[in-house]
Amino acid sequence: MEFVIASLVGLLMSASIYLMLSKKLVRVLMGIAILGNSVNLLIFTGGRITRSVPPFIPEGSYLPLEQTANPLPQALVLTAIVISFSFLAYFLVLGYRAYQELGTDDVLEMRVAEPKGDEKPPLGY
Amino acid sequence: MAVSSNTVDIAAAMVTQPVQGADWLLVTPLLLTMAGGAVAIMLRKKTAIQPWIAIGVISLVVLSNIGLLAHVLDHGVVTMVMGGWLPPFGIAFTADAMGAFFALSASIVALCAAIYAAGSIEASERRYGFYPFLILLLCGCTGAFLTGDIFNLYVWFEVLLISAVGMIVLGNDKAQIDGGVKYAILNFVATTLFLMATGLLYGLVGTLNMADIIVKVSQLEGQGPIYGIAAIYFLAFAMKAAAFPVNFWLPASYHTPRMVVSAVFGGLLTKVGVYALLRVVLMLMPEPREWLGDIISLVAIATMIAGALGALAQTDIRRMTGYIVISGVGSMIAGLAIANQVAVAGAIFYAVHSFFCITALYLLAGVINRIGGSFSLRELGGLYNKSPLVAAVSLILLLAVAGLPPFSGLWPKVMLVEGALESGRSLLAASILISGILLTIAIGRYWIYAFWRGGPEGTVDGTLVPQSDGTATVASVSLPMTVTVPMAILTGLVIYLGLFPEGVMAISTQGAASLVDPTAYVQSVFGVWP
Repeated sequence: MEFVIASLVGLLMSASIYLMLSKKLVRVLMGIAILGNSVNLLIFTGGRITRSVPPFIPEGSYLPLEQTANPLPQALVLTAIVISFSFLAYFLVLGYRAYQELGTDDVLEMRVAEPKGDEKPPLGY
Repeated sequence: MAVSSNTVDIAAAMVTQPVQGADWLLVTPLLLTMAGGAVAIMLRKKTAIQPWIAIGVISLVVLSNIGLLAHVLDHGVVTMVMGGWLPPFGIAFTADAMGAFFALSASIVALCAAIYAAGSIEASERRYGFYPFLILLLCGCTGAFLTGDIFNLYVWFEVLLISAVGMIVLGNDKAQIDGGVKYAILNFVATTLFLMATGLLYGLVGTLNMADIIVKVSQLEGQGPIYGIAAIYFLAFAMKAAAFPVNFWLPASYHTPRMVVSAVFGGLLTKVGVYALLRVVLMLMPEPREWLGDIISLVAIATMIAGALGALAQTDIRRMTGYIVISGVGSMIAGLAIANQVAVAGAIFYAVHSFFCITALYLLAGVINRIGGSFSLRELGGLYNKSPLVAAVSLILLLAVAGLPPFSGLWPKVMLVEGALESGRSLLAASILISGILLTIAIGRYWIYAFWRGGPEGTVDGTLVPQSDGTATVASVSLPMTVTVPMAILTGLVIYLGLFPEGVMAISTQGAASLVDPTAYVQSVFGVWP
C-alpha cells in the first residue's frame, strides 16, 4: 500500500513542478496547491500505513493491544494543511492583485521591481 | 476514589521536577512576543501608542535574551520540555550558545527597527499592522533559534514567513506587489521543501526531536536515504538563506518595501536560513554533510563571488545592499563547508556581525534617501557637505561589511580563512579574500559617489555647487532621534565587535563546539547519552 501512495506522491509532485515551471502565475499557484498536498500525503505515508484498528487501551495496560495508526504524522499533516491553505489564500489574493496592478499574469513581464535596461552604475572613480 | 490497579506511573513519561527558575528564560521571549503581538493587533487602530507597545515588548525581550545567554554561558545547554512530557515525546526547547546569541542579536535588530519605524512608518501603515508583524516576526525568529524540535522549527519558519509577506507588501505600490509575488512564492516553495525533507526524515528515523535525531542518525551507518534527505534540507535552507543559484528572489524583492522592512529582512531572515543550515545539516547530519562538502563549498564560492559582482553592477544603493547580503551569506556557508571548529565559530561570528551591519546598511540607505533625495548612485553626491556625521557612520559600516579593520567584519573572515587553510580548502580561503576585494571596490564606489564627490552627476567633481548669492552651501541636516538612536546602537556594536572581539569569539567558539560535537546538546535533553 505504501508503494502505491508513494507513487501517487511522486506523480503529484511532478505535476506540481511542471505547473510551477510555467510562466503564468495562475498555473504556478495551482502547482503550489498541488505541491502542498503532495507533501502532506508524503508525511502521512512516512508515518506508515496500517489497517484501521480502533485505538482503545484496555483496562490494566498502558498501550493498545494491537498496533494502531501513528497519530503523530496526522498531527503534522493537520498543521501543514492549515499553513498551506492559509498561504494559498494569501497567494490567490496577491496574484489577483498583481494581475490588477501590473496588468499581466506572465512572470517574465513582471519587471517593475527590476526594470529592463536599467541605467548602469557610474563606471570608474 | 480508590487507587485502581492501572494508576499511571507518571515518572515514566513525565518530567516530575518543577522547572528551574532561570530555565523559564527559554520561553519568556516567545511568551512576550506572542502576547505583545496579540495586544498590538488588538490596538492597531491606536496608531500613536503602537510604537511604544513594540519598543516596550522588544526591550523586555532583549533583557530576557541577555539573561538567557548569560545562563547558557554559565550552565551550558539548557532544555525545557513542553507539557512536561519526557523527550523525545514532548516538544523540546533547547538553547545552546549559538541559539541564545542569535536570539539576542535578533532582538536587538528588531528593537532598532521598532525605534526607526516610529519616525518613518506612517499612521495608515501602522493601522495596517506594521508593528504586530514586526513583533511576530521576532517571535518566529526567536522560536526558530531556540527550538529543539525539527517540526517546530518548520512551524517557526512559517510564522516568520507569514509576518514577512505581510510586511513586504506594506504600502501597496507596484514594485512591492511585484517583489512580494516573487518573495512569497519562492520562500513558500523553500519551506515546503523543508517540510518534505522533515516528512522523509521522520519516516526514516521515527523522531522529530533534534537530540534524538542526532543519536538515531549516528546509528544509521551510512544508509542511503539520509544522504538524499540532507541534500533536500541543504537546498531548502540554501534557498531561505539566498545562496547561489537559488538567490534570485532576494535582489528581486528586498529593495521594494519600506527601508525599515528591508532592514529587518536583511538583518534577520537570511540569517535564520544560515542558522538552520548550521543546526540541521551540520549538527544533525554530520556524515551526509561530509559527503556534500564539495558541493557546499562550490555553492559558498559561487555565492560570495556572485554577490560581490552583483554589488559592483548596481546603481541603486538598496539593490547593491541586497547583493552585499548575498555575498555575506556565501561567507557563512563557507563555514558550513569547512566545518571545523574555528570555521564554524567564524560563521557564527559572521552571522552576528551581519545581523547588525546589514540592518544598519539598509537603515543607512533610508537616511541617504532622506538627506540626498535618491537611491541612485548617479543622482547622489556631495552628501559629505550635508552631514559629515552620516558620511563617517556610513564609511564605518561600509568598511565593516567589506571585512576591513578595525570593524566587526574583519575577525569572522580571519577565522574563516584560518579554518579553511587548516582543513586544506585553499580555494575557499582565496574566494573569501577575493570577494572581500570585490566588495571593497563596490563599497568604495558607493561611498565616493554618494558622499565624497561634489554633487550629483553633471556637477564639477570635488567642489561645492556655489549658490547664486555666494554664501556657503553647507546646509546642516538634523536627523530625528528615531534615526540617530538605532544608528548609534548598531554602529556602536559594529565598532565594539571590531575593537573587542574576544567576548564574541569565545561565545561563537562555544556555540561551534556544541555544533561540531553535540554530546552536550544531547545530554541536556536526555540527561545522558542514550
